[in-house]
Parts: sequence; C-alpha cells; structure tokens
Amino acid sequence: MINDENIIKNIEEKAKKIRRYVINMIYEAGSGHPGGSLSCVDIITTLYFHIMMHDPLEPKWEDRDRFILSKGHAAPALYATLAEAGYFPVEELKTLRKFGSRLQGHPEAKLLPGIEFSTGSLGQGLSVGAGIALNTKLEKKDFRTYVLLGDGEIEEGQVWEAALFANHNKLNNLTAIIDRNRYQIDGKTEEILSLEPLEDKWRAFGWNVLTTDGHNIRDLINMFEKIKTNSGKKPTVIIANTIKGRGISFMEGDNNWHGKSPSKEEYELAIKEL
Amino acid sequence: MEKSTRDAYGDALLKYGNNDNIIVLDADLSVSTQTSKFAKKYPERFINVGCAEQNLIGVASGISVADKYKIVFASTYAMFAMRAWEQIRSMSHDNLNVKLFVSHSGLTNPSDGSSHQCLEDLAIMRTIPNMVVVIPADAIETEKVIENEIKRKGPVYVRLNRIKTPMITEEYYDNNDFKLENIVKLVDGDDLTIISAGTMVYESLEAAKTLIDNNINPCILNVHTIKPIDKNAIIKAAKETGVIITVEEHSVYGGLGSAVAEILGEEYPIVMRMIGTKDIFGESGEYKELLKKHGLTAENIVKSSKELLNNKKIKR
Repeated sequence: MINDENIIKNIEEKAKKIRRYVINMIYEAGSGHPGGSLSCVDIITTLYFHIMMHDPLEPKWEDRDRFILSKGHAAPALYATLAEAGYFPVEELKTLRKFGSRLQGHPEAKLLPGIEFSTGSLGQGLSVGAGIALNTKLEKKDFRTYVLLGDGEIEEGQVWEAALFANHNKLNNLTAIIDRNRYQIDGKTEEILSLEPLEDKWRAFGWNVLTTDGHNIRDLINMFEKIKTNSGKKPTVIIANTIKGRGISFMEGDNNWHGKSPSKEEYELAIKEL
Repeated sequence: MEKSTRDAYGDALLKYGNNDNIIVLDADLSVSTQTSKFAKKYPERFINVGCAEQNLIGVASGISVADKYKIVFASTYAMFAMRAWEQIRSMSHDNLNVKLFVSHSGLTNPSDGSSHQCLEDLAIMRTIPNMVVVIPADAIETEKVIENEIKRKGPVYVRLNRIKTPMITEEYYDNNDFKLENIVKLVDGDDLTIISAGTMVYESLEAAKTLIDNNINPCILNVHTIKPIDKNAIIKAAKETGVIITVEEHSVYGGLGSAVAEILGEEYPIVMRMIGTKDIFGESGEYKELLKKHGLTAENIVKSSKELLNNKKIKR
C-alpha cells in the first residue's frame, strides 16, 4: 500500500499537466480524440511515472517494461506523457498530425522513440503484447508488458483470440488495462454492443480480473504494485472505470467530444479548468 | 523426382532449426503446413495458437517487436492467412522480421473446393509496402528461399503448395546462386517469352519442349519473387522477343500478369497474354481437371503462344 502522499500528489500534478498538453495539441492540430485521450491520462501517467521501469535516454533498453497503446486514437495522451518523461522535446507536441511530424495521428513505432508497435486500427495490441510477453518467458527475462485497450475496442474478435492465448500460455507477465469509459464512437457501449457482465467474461477466459477507479492514482498504484507480485499463472486485466473527457467539465461524459477539436472559446475555457 | 514445396519447408525448418533465434508458429494446421516436424524436435520454440489467424500474426509480430534477432516463421493455409490481411499489413508497416510461409495455395488443395483455394493472395499481398512476395517453383528453390530468409531481415509472404511437383531447378541451382532480386532464365530463346511462377514454371517448361519441336524458340523466365520484381529482366525479354505470355495459378487480376503488365505498360508496351483464373472461384475436383479448366496447362500455353506469334507476324 502506498502511503507517500507526495508521490501521489506529484503524479496527480503530472496528469494535470499532461491533460493541458493534450488539449493544446488537439487544439493546434484542429482534429483528434480528446474524449478517449483524457479518460486514460491517469492510467498512462501512473504507469510511466511510477510503475514501469523504462529509460527515456535509452528507449530501446532491453529490460524495459513494455507499453502498447492498443487504443491508438489516444495518441495525444501517450505523446504528452513520453515528452514529459523526456523521450523527445515537449515543443514537438505542437506538431501533432502535421505533415512531416513524428507525431502522426496514430502512433508510429518507426518514427517516434518510446513507441513499441504502431497502432490505430483497433483490436491488434493485445496479440502483440502477448507475443512480447511470451518472448520474455522464452528468454527468461522478468520485465512486464502492459496493453491499454479501449472498451469499445474489445468488441473486436481478435482481442478474445489473444485473451484465450494469454491464458493458455500462462502469461502472468502480461497486464491488460481496459479504459472503461462506457462510450464508443456511435454511443454507449451497452447500447451499441453490450459488454457486460465484463468481469465475468474475462474471468471465464481465465484471467485475473481487477476493477478500479481509473482516475484514482492511489488505487491505480496499489493495483499495479499488487500485480507485480502476482505469483499465479494467470494474466491480469484491470477494468478501469473512467469518464470520457475527464478533467474538462463540459467534455466529461459528452460523447460529442469523441473525435473533435475544441473551438478557440472552448479551448480557452478548457485550459482555465486545468 | 517429385516433392511438394510444403514438404521442402518442413524439411528446411528441421535442417536449420538448431538456430535458437528461429521460432515457428502455426494456427492448428501444423501437419498440413509441415511445421509439425519442427514442433516435434524443438517443442520449446514452437507455438500453436489454435485456429486464430489474426492472433497468429499478432503474436508473431509481438515476438519480433520484443527481439529483433528472432526469425519468426508463421504458417497456415494461404486462404486463411487472408483473413488476417490487416494484421499482416500492420506487421509489414513496422517492417517486422516475420516470415509467412503459407501452404495449399492456388488450386493445390483441389478436393476441398473453393473455401480452401486461394487465387487472390498475390494481389493483396503485393499491395502492402515493405512486403516481399515469393513463389518458389519447386522444392529446391523453396529451400533456397528459406536459407535466404533466415539471413534477410524483414517480412515475407511465401506461397507453398500441397501438391507434389517435379524438381525442375536442380540443374540451375547446381550452377548458380539464388538471388531474391533476380528472375531465373531457365530456357533461352528469341521467338517469345513465357513468364511464369510457382507450379506453372513446370508447365511452361513442358510447353517449351513442344514449341521447340515446332521450331519455335521460347525464352522461359521463372519469377520466384513477384515483389520486388526484376524489372530489367522483363523489359529485356520484351525487347528481345516482342511477345510475352504470363502464366500463374492465381487470378489474372493483380498477380504475376498484372505485375508484368505494370512494368511493360510504362516501359515497353507490347501485346501480351495473361494465363490465369479469370474472375472465378475454385471448386472441387482432381488437380489436373482444375488446371485444365482454367487453361493452366502446357497445351494451353503452346496454343496461346502460337496464336500470339501469328498475330505478331500479321502485324509485321
């Protein structure tokens, strides 16, 4: 259990800063996905600033923990985190989605340090994470692999192929995190294609299932730390209950903010709130 | 002597399998694709993902992402690899070192019928940037391709057959090296050029015998690598012979014939003929019956050659 309030406060401050970057970037770009980026900022921030072993000065360090953003449209949240961590200059964030930029609309592994695998088309990240986790076992290494998925994304069949595979191969070094913000592009997940009972589904596929508030840094830290000491053979999924657009009052829970950029007035309002 | 290219694949994996960097994946077809031989000898480096082809490609990609020294072989039937086209595209996008060796291509799974026969793969694999597309003509060439792929970094799609076919390149490779970028000239002639790949190279060589008996001297080119393709060899042959026929066990849309036409259309436009399946699915039957139906025979190559040559004379 984490008791150091300073650590928690520090990560909360980082998350706030990263939200500001996210809004700035999407405003500058004139397009992007604020809703699903803001919903997973706290998860990504906690991973990069407290949980994962990684080295921004040596992005390809062999024994680093691996992170895959399977929900590639949340790229602004990952880019902002990587820049804040020191993978590339913060000034570069304003080039998001611009011609010639390393910050493509969705993450590109060949362009930007810190990106393991290019994503954007949904449903592919968990298989890749499982492949990494399997190789880690073959090589008798002990780093961990984290894959962040959107909740709408898990409607893709490949996710469940990967879920079967990870359980069968006892990939206890693999952690999936589902950003459960309850919306997909066309509306509420439970209205488009219902996912509930979600915990039961993952449990039936042989996974450890943990549920948490995806915006509570303390709970996130405790959960990730608990998984690190997982001596069982199962992979773990965290269902992180989140709010789409988290942090900007007029974006929270409003699915119109799935994939649009704020106007000048909206941008100024949003920044004031952060 | 006859041997299927899938058997050559299975044997080559065994032959080179002591390399610890080689990992082999299959999607519940390991006996058919012949990866089962490797699986038996090196179980710790064999992974069966079950019948889940999208995950097959994803896991293969993940292993390559984790370790750039790994040489990841992934196998299933050609037809079922197609359902993972987008995953293959992602793998190729990141230029991962994954080697797709797919069996039962074209009509070489004759009795199973159209659901298992793949006449579209060359077209859709060829469109993916970074992807190398290879069709070995026989078992000997298949082994050469595997030797080369173990050394070469990057993704590849290699089209293998279920049917046993004659070993026709033995003499050639006794005297020459395999080079991915080079088309192989098997017969030299200046009356017309027959460009073929895979199983159709044998049919083309048979056709050549008849043509030579009729005082027609064909040039026979074996395009083992359809992408990147040996552009110069094709232009040279077109200039030297003025008549081109392509033969492939694949749809005429987007395959070998299209690849040749793309080059000649820009560089040296001449009338050519494409022998292949014409916008039609496969069906059950004997392999020879199916080949005959689609004109994928030495007889039809001879007939087409004569027709084209007559046209050439009329034009002159």
